Amino acid sequence: MILSFDHVTYSYPGAEKPALDDVSFELQAGEFCLLAGLSGHGKSTLLHAACGLVPHFHGGTFAGTVTLAGFDTREHGPSHLGGHAGVLFQDPETQLVMSSVRAELALALESRGQGEAAVARGVEEVALALGIDALLDRSTHELSGGEKQRVALGAALAGRPKLVLLDEPTSQLDPVAGDELIGLLRRLNEEWETTIVLAEHRLERCLGAADRVISLEAGRVAHDGDPGSFLQWAARHEPALQTPGAKLFALAGLSPAPTGVKQARATLRARGLLGEEPDPVGGIPSARDHRIPAEPLRSGRESGLRGVLRARKGVSPALRLKGVWHELRDGPAILRGLDLTIAPGESVALMGRNGAGKSTLLRHAAGLMEPTRGRVERAGRVALLLQNPGDYLIHERVAEEASAPALAAVGLAGMAERNPKDLSGGERQRLALAIVTGVRGKQGGGRDLRKGTEEGGEGEQPAVLALDEPTRGMDRGAKAELAREVRRRAEEGQAVIVATHDPEFAAACATRAVLLADGRVIADGSAAEMLAGGWYFATETARILGGAGGALLPEQGAELLKVPRSNLLEVVA
Amino acid sequence: MRNTRLLFYRRLASPLHATRAGIGAAWALALTAAALILYNPIPLAALTLAVLGAGVGTGVGRRLAGTLRIAVIVGLPIVAINVLASREGLTVFARLGGLGPFGQGNLTVEAVVYGTVVALKVALLMLITTLASLAVDPDELLKAFRRLSFRSALTASLATRMIPVLGADAQRLAEAQRTRPEDPARGVRGRVALFSAIVGGSLERAMEVAATLELRGFAVAAEGRSGWRRSSSGRVVSRPWSRQDLAFLCSALAVLALALAGRLTGAAAFEAYPLVQMQVDTGTFVLSAALLAAILLPFLDRRGIDR
Repeated sequence: MILSFDHVTYSYPGAEKPALDDVSFELQAGEFCLLAGLSGHGKSTLLHAACGLVPHFHGGTFAGTVTLAGFDTREHGPSHLGGHAGVLFQDPETQLVMSSVRAELALALESRGQGEAAVARGVEEVALALGIDALLDRSTHELSGGEKQRVALGAALAGRPKLVLLDEPTSQLDPVAGDELIGLLRRLNEEWETTIVLAEHRLERCLGAADRVISLEAGRVAHDGDPGSFLQWAARHEPALQTPGAKLFALAGLSPAPTGVKQARATLRARGLLGEEPDPVGGIPSARDHRIPAEPLRSGRESGLRGVLRARKGVSPALRLKGVWHELRDGPAILRGLDLTIAPGESVALMGRNGAGKSTLLRHAAGLMEPTRGRVERAGRVALLLQNPGDYLIHERVAEEASAPALAAVGLAGMAERNPKDLSGGERQRLALAIVTGVRGKQGGGRDLRKGTEEGGEGEQPAVLALDEPTRGMDRGAKAELAREVRRRAEEGQAVIVATHDPEFAAACATRAVLLADGRVIADGSAAEMLAGGWYFATETARILGGAGGALLPEQGAELLKVPRSNLLEVVA
Repeated sequence: MRNTRLLFYRRLASPLHATRAGIGAAWALALTAAALILYNPIPLAALTLAVLGAGVGTGVGRRLAGTLRIAVIVGLPIVAINVLASREGLTVFARLGGLGPFGQGNLTVEAVVYGTVVALKVALLMLITTLASLAVDPDELLKAFRRLSFRSALTASLATRMIPVLGADAQRLAEAQRTRPEDPARGVRGRVALFSAIVGGSLERAMEVAATLELRGFAVAAEGRSGWRRSSSGRVVSRPWSRQDLAFLCSALAVLALALAGRLTGAAAFEAYPLVQMQVDTGTFVLSAALLAAILLPFLDRRGIDR
């Protein structure tokens, strides 16, 4: 047994309710355990308790016993326990404490008094194991987000711990880097029997790799079992924790709930709902088949394709970037002659790997940056919500941050007297949204498309709402709420542009998707086209159904699966 | 983040970057010593040219040019203050009349020359410091001091890492405030709120880093269990001396020797007061040329500088 919690109850200093409430479980060596639960239900606290940060670092009231590798965490602090458990948190920036990668990897070994030869060997081995040997002599502050996360993982693994604790390590990574990290954990688990405890919101990414899922609800263990039993439990008790694949099966009346795309496709194939070939022939119709409407299931919302066409035909755009370049003085070009036009009422998902230029594009749209070449035209104010909502919150009361109408618009009217720091992640995000979309004071300059003059006058509502990675660290419920808010604003006529790594969120809120790479738009089309056919930039529903019918969300996929097979074949024929 | 990056070490393919940190720091110290020993403007000018050339050879010429601009801004007041404050020169070029308890306000050529020499020395020190901070790996350098005090060296390493991190945090916060429709820092209350948010953010960041340090065994190190022991598990193979290590070590010794020789032999003799007396002969120019060569020669060999 590597880790055990025995009736652990813990409250943070000054907290009214316990963050962990009578938690008990045992973890055997070599297990890959997934921690599930909504935001604020105790996942991070449990990880902090496992490594001794709770209670040694955070204080508070602690009852029960946590034992890590035979050591009682009440008697041994995180410095001692760190030799047995590597820890990786959400933000890699705070986990790199040295200036160079080599020094970072060596620190934990040096701290524990390892000899020089052992340190040198340990650094070399962990660098090779994680594929970061080429980064050893790089400065930590010049690494990309994905590289930083890998180096932080390397630093956590340098002492070859028996247990690795990870708190949403993929939340800041693009889909490619996120999948790579999960693959890496799987390898560590399978090849070296390293025990993994991973807290994650996007369960569809890692459920297939897990042996066991522990679900927390209000600090208590609500379910503890294998992935299959977890999905059955989630369907009955906490649908917000269901993976898109499981939801698709539940809505379509199929079972068992799949833990991954491979299992889901095998089940569909066994039931004759999917052809034998990778591209479905005798089963579900393909979105690429011209005999089938591009978006047959999108009633009630304007088709993304029609939105795109409307934007390009006569309707005055809300935002237009014409040949925009952003070239660094001593570095590469971040944007390379980028062209993008967005119509009022259109909602656009901006996707692409880390460093593709998404955030820079949004900063240009909002006037925070000036193009080195090209121009940006705006039909009015562009409200930009940056990645960290906490950066907006500087007052003691919510009411001081935004006006009452703005708070009411995002559903925070009842929280006016609360301290912004006490809000949940989703509430903070909505408060930041109220701040940036509130009554206008001043804004970066640009050309006003309506007046044909330089922008600068007063305006009530922004013409464009730009959101930069708004779902980082959010659970599925908070994401659904934000997607509803985005759709509402688009329906009211605002143009919305969302930079995101989350295809599920993009599918839920956008009618059009734009893929960036190396500062250029490499693909642009309706969400159904763009998010249905790929490996990385595709929803789980689309990957299960092979992009059939342009179905992106479980509800759409389930409708498609409910169509009688004879009708489907008729459509195809 | 991009702005803060300009001030800190970044690995580049240059001979100075390829040199071990201890030798790089010793080389910078030798240049500093030369700048402090020499007063004759001719070798000082040669030294300045050599440091700028070294900056170009290191790939940080543009950043040194930025430091030079600041040095000029710093240097002009130095000259002005020396001219106004000095009472030692004999060659008066302007009389300001009686200045009460300060006596006669006579401006002298000697004060201008001495002020310029001091400003040149200050500029040189700024340039050498910038070059060293951009090209000498602080982690590798501080590693040597960990044998003496693990905790102090680690704290210094942490400080060098945290400055750009906190700079990036402040830049992010400022950017977020720019996207607000109304200026939140309006009025005293707004400014206080913004200031407390910045301080609070820094403290939160410090707490997070402290948690990471705890998990990496900082407390164990503080208890004295750490510290570069030779374990029985293996022998440390010391890093071989590269051609760059040898070249910069020779360069440092040569610069130090030339500066001392210039001072002792009188080839770099210089007196500003009461009248300017400056050695200008073949020996002065040979010394200047030798300084230039000693500093720049290691940059000509660019073999094996990728790592």
